[in-house]
Amino acid sequence: MVRVVANARGCIGAGQCVITAPNVFDQDEDGIVVVVDEQPSEADLPDVRAALDLCPSQSLTLTN
Amino acid sequence: MSNTAQLVDFPLRRPGQPYPPNQYADFRSREGLVWSHMPTGAKVWLVTKYDDVRAVLTDPKISSSPRHEGFPSVGRTGGVPNPDQVPGWFVALDPPDHDRFRKALIPEFTVRRIREMRPSIQEVVDHRIDGLLAAGNEADLVHDFTAAVPSLVISALLGVPHVDRDFFEARIRLLVTMSSTHDQRDQATREILRYLSRLILVKQKRPGDDLISVMLASEAMSLQEISGAAMLLLIAGQETTANNMALGMITLLLNPQWIGDERAVEELLRYYSVADMVALRVAVEDVEIGGQLIKAGEGIVPLVAAANHDSAIFERADEFDPSRSARHHVAFGYGVHQCLGQHLVRAELDIAYKTLFERIPKLELAIPVEELPFKYDGVVFGLESLPVRW
Repeated sequence: MVRVVANARGCIGAGQCVITAPNVFDQDEDGIVVVVDEQPSEADLPDVRAALDLCPSQSLTLTN
Repeated sequence: MSNTAQLVDFPLRRPGQPYPPNQYADFRSREGLVWSHMPTGAKVWLVTKYDDVRAVLTDPKISSSPRHEGFPSVGRTGGVPNPDQVPGWFVALDPPDHDRFRKALIPEFTVRRIREMRPSIQEVVDHRIDGLLAAGNEADLVHDFTAAVPSLVISALLGVPHVDRDFFEARIRLLVTMSSTHDQRDQATREILRYLSRLILVKQKRPGDDLISVMLASEAMSLQEISGAAMLLLIAGQETTANNMALGMITLLLNPQWIGDERAVEELLRYYSVADMVALRVAVEDVEIGGQLIKAGEGIVPLVAAANHDSAIFERADEFDPSRSARHHVAFGYGVHQCLGQHLVRAELDIAYKTLFERIPKLELAIPVEELPFKYDGVVFGLESLPVRW
């Protein structure tokens, strides 16, 4: 099962992940990334991978 | 390294419509980067391939700060202001200095906050269209709509009285024109900062729910830095949105089958990439990009319009085709400086296009496309005016 990890310290709050994979990512009150579904479904994985690529601060990773 | 055999003059003259300059395809087909000659006499590296542009914008050996020797300017003087004069111009700061500005502002630009702002943007757009319809059956869409909407939106967000629109417009114009002189630029900067400093004193006494008050409350910046940051937000919020909105109107009028399709916004952002020459950089250590050695102290201009027309990434890249997935474009940049206001821009474009074509379905250009006055001399590409009728 893959797991989504976000580096909140590197996050610059661009919000790319939120508009790309809204089932998996959100922003907190400070605008920083929050992973709302750490183990996304198979159906959400393409969006998650797109979000990884789009994240301008490269703060997202997928681990096994 | 200076391969003088491939030295080119830059900036290039823009073609208007279609866009971008066709030399970009030639530049991308070359190995490495393109060594170019600027009007200032300086030589800089032009970066045109998508992967190379993303690499430049994320490499810690490459700086955004004009304090480093070799930092480029575009045109005679254009580009990034002197950091001593405008200390809050945070796009010209590297991490970690940059981060306190960005962190203080991102809560106001989240996806959720912008969604909450949509009704107020809708109100601005509706009001402008009421004005257009009341005034007759023709207009300059730039003056009456595409420049006015972003100006009203960003003024309200910052807490700047919109009655002073003409004051700001005249001065911002000098700052975003490549051929402005140092003196013109300097004076415009001083006048804007003086105005904003006074406004900040008012906000200190009577805080509102605007961005200046938010910056004051954050206690992350000095008063001088707040006026610089406010100046940056005002210009960034105005110029790029207004120009993209105007250019997009032409494309939608020429391709009416895409009017009302929400995918058009993202494709228009990619297609025009109006802030092509805005992200200027300098190498602070020797670094290799796209197989090219860039030496410390050499200037770099990553051209986002060239990257967004890279056919290795976007099939038939020079075609306007909203059915493609354009989300990975770099029109908003990439790396830690990626546009703070990008969701606001998307919301403004979406609401403006939908509402305008819905309420004025007979809208058409009043002059041929070839005669439209494009901003050939603008740091940001755009239109001087857009005569329309209905």
